[in-house]
Amino acid sequence: MKLRHTSVLMAPALAALLAMTPAAQAAEFKFAGPLDAYTLDPHAISNTLVFAVLRNVYEPLVTRGKDLSIQPVLATEWKQVDDTTWEFKLRKGVKYSNGNAFNADDVVFSFERAKKGGMKSHLSEVTAIEKVDDYTVRLKTKSIDPILPKQIVNWFMMDSDWAKENGAVEPGQADNSTESYANRNAVGTGPYVISARDPGVKTVFTANKDWWGKMDGNVDKATFYVIANPSTRVSALLTGEVDMIDGVPPQDASRIEKADGLRIEATSDLRTVYLQPDVARDTLIHGGGVEGNPFKNPKVREAMKLAIDTKAIQKRVMRGYSTPVGLPIANEVEGSTPELNAPNKPDLAKAKELMKEAGYDSGFDVTLDCTNDRFMNDEATCLAVGSFLSQIGIRVTPRAQATARWAQQINPPGYDTSFAMLSYSPYTYDAHQFLATIATTRDPKSGRGAFNIGGYSDPELDRLTTEIGAERDQQKRSKLLEEALTILKKSNTSIPIHQLQILWGVRDGVDVVQQADLSYPLAWFTVSK
Amino acid sequence: MIIYTVGRILQTLLVLLVISFIAFLLVATLGDPLGILLPPEASLAERQELILRLGLDQPMLGRFLHFLWGMLHGDFGLSYRTQQGVGAMIAARLPATIELAFVSLLVTLFVGVPLGIVCGVKPNSVVSRGVMLVSIAGITLPNFVVGVLLIAIFSVQLGWFPSFGRGHTVDLGGWTTGLLTVSGWQAIILPAITLAAFQVTFVIRMLRTQLLEVGQSEHIRFARARGLSERTVWFSYAMRNALLPTITMLALQLGNVIAFSVVTEGVFAWPGLGSLFLQSVQSADIPVIAIYLIFVGAVFMIINLFVELSYPLLDPRLRKGRA
Repeated sequence: MKLRHTSVLMAPALAALLAMTPAAQAAEFKFAGPLDAYTLDPHAISNTLVFAVLRNVYEPLVTRGKDLSIQPVLATEWKQVDDTTWEFKLRKGVKYSNGNAFNADDVVFSFERAKKGGMKSHLSEVTAIEKVDDYTVRLKTKSIDPILPKQIVNWFMMDSDWAKENGAVEPGQADNSTESYANRNAVGTGPYVISARDPGVKTVFTANKDWWGKMDGNVDKATFYVIANPSTRVSALLTGEVDMIDGVPPQDASRIEKADGLRIEATSDLRTVYLQPDVARDTLIHGGGVEGNPFKNPKVREAMKLAIDTKAIQKRVMRGYSTPVGLPIANEVEGSTPELNAPNKPDLAKAKELMKEAGYDSGFDVTLDCTNDRFMNDEATCLAVGSFLSQIGIRVTPRAQATARWAQQINPPGYDTSFAMLSYSPYTYDAHQFLATIATTRDPKSGRGAFNIGGYSDPELDRLTTEIGAERDQQKRSKLLEEALTILKKSNTSIPIHQLQILWGVRDGVDVVQQADLSYPLAWFTVSK
Repeated sequence: MIIYTVGRILQTLLVLLVISFIAFLLVATLGDPLGILLPPEASLAERQELILRLGLDQPMLGRFLHFLWGMLHGDFGLSYRTQQGVGAMIAARLPATIELAFVSLLVTLFVGVPLGIVCGVKPNSVVSRGVMLVSIAGITLPNFVVGVLLIAIFSVQLGWFPSFGRGHTVDLGGWTTGLLTVSGWQAIILPAITLAAFQVTFVIRMLRTQLLEVGQSEHIRFARARGLSERTVWFSYAMRNALLPTITMLALQLGNVIAFSVVTEGVFAWPGLGSLFLQSVQSADIPVIAIYLIFVGAVFMIINLFVELSYPLLDPRLRKGRA
């Protein structure tokens, strides 16, 4: 009697066990990175890391696929219906992880919400949104905007009902008011839900069983640990406590390569490092030993470009994990061509000759403002640049500071630098973003050229940049981009160093996908043993 | 006695106020939170708006008074970086740091005190000489080197302990503890040893000097003259005199351990106050840094206060002098 009772109980349990067999291949994945996402609120801040983590939970209308092309997510198709209107058809049958359905109201809500938060610059071209029906929305742009889909890849959709119920209608603000509910809670339509989170320590992702999409990988639970110290991160990988680490220091890469069962995965990062000398002021504010501002002389700038051996920096400083470039934008960015972006060939003799021609053969002193905690080996790169320039008589004093201090000094409105090492990563993957914010003449009113730290100004480049912004014809646009970038390159006002690389240490048996925007696309990862 | 106590408490409060002001001044010039909070493509108008919202345009003194006023009402402000309440952030990280300090104190007591006694009682033995030699390493090696070495040996090579984190924690009504799980204890051992490395050598040296000194004093010689055993002489007579200053110093060191676990926590990704401080410094998170500095100041002041208040209880001479 008792026995039969047990078997009756066992039957459903056994059935459940059998049903679970395919899921048994599902695997757990643990990884560690140097920094945590500041917040879970998708609209509070424009930050690569926040987007990198949140893309597993929230989804945009369109995204970049593995090949970097624009792919449908919550929008199934989109088109430009007139010069200033884009229409998006929304995916039907999508549910949030709380069971609510996704529709056009959420898109309208997410637009209003994002416009109030720190990522509003992504939507700066969009003036209004209009719901046509439950599954169609129209975005009105300020002017003709041919690349709108590229600009909104980080604009995530939030459930309006959930936000209203929990008082999270407003995005989190960095003022001293209240904390938004969405800061620590997330309900999205994406492949994962956040099942546990200890900010700055760890975040646990669990697969969203009701996700509309298809998982390419098999990770059903992932834990992201924050380990700030790089050598501890490497140790955690060596001991097998984690399956993958982000931000491998190049000097530790060979140690990981040599270890049994571990490997390095590297791919290009969009972030590109470049130098900007101050060409606006009439004197060197941080330097001396010279009359006037030598950086105003194009020959001096060309000499600087020729004196810096970016291949040597790649080899010595970055241990091979960087890509020397000829433009201050990455190879993957729209507008870059192999000819324009070919690395500069150093020519010391010619550089010395140019310095002589320019009348600066006795050289001058200048301070180079750099960061020491922003990206891989930034301080070491800064020192290397200094020693290359000393060969042509430019006596560089590197001043490497924490990013917060450095930014306070060189950022607008002060631009308090004579020579700075900078880096930039256009989230639109389009050179127009660089031209508009960094290469065009500073204009405090429109905000254009706000981060033109060197103060370079060329009316022809300004005109081209405006034209590119409105050009719908792809071929014409490419031609204009090439024209503008050629002017920029010839001016040598931004001296490119290299494109960074994303460096992950990965355990064998784990397949990962790396994207140039630094994201962790967990749904594409496979753990086989 | 009461006047003495009240006086000390008032002094402590005054010093805390000064610490608050200095902390505030320090962090107000630390860096630009705008550079972290705003994307590079933000317009000047957006910058201006954020400056107004953060009150960065207000004069320094006004900002300080506002900050102090909020603090007195239990409002510690919001972190620029995570947009959470600073009070809650510190409260969430506090247990990890306190537990680490506690366990490292245990290590100090159980390793440092016996070795210190050996070195003080038998200063010329081989063991004592060996201990003194090794203890030089404890004093001279920086914390992070000890931590990295321990990880390399015990985590990577031997695989005995985890290299980072706190292991499994149990939530006891707002206090998360790692001391109730096996993995929690495994995780705390290496950081606790790292943090204790300096304290242990400190205690050994302190006890040794004290015992050597006491060993020469009159009352020990009289004790010996009375024919008491060496054991009684050392443990009943000498130890009492030597332990008092050692315990006082240890109490003060506890403040150090809580405040300066920054390096150790950084190396082991130990989720305590030190890690929080590091993360905040990196992003110029002024509200968190300010509250952290004030908190650490308060910890020091309170421990100091207790030590000072306990003097009259321990030493009758002081009690008489104040009365």
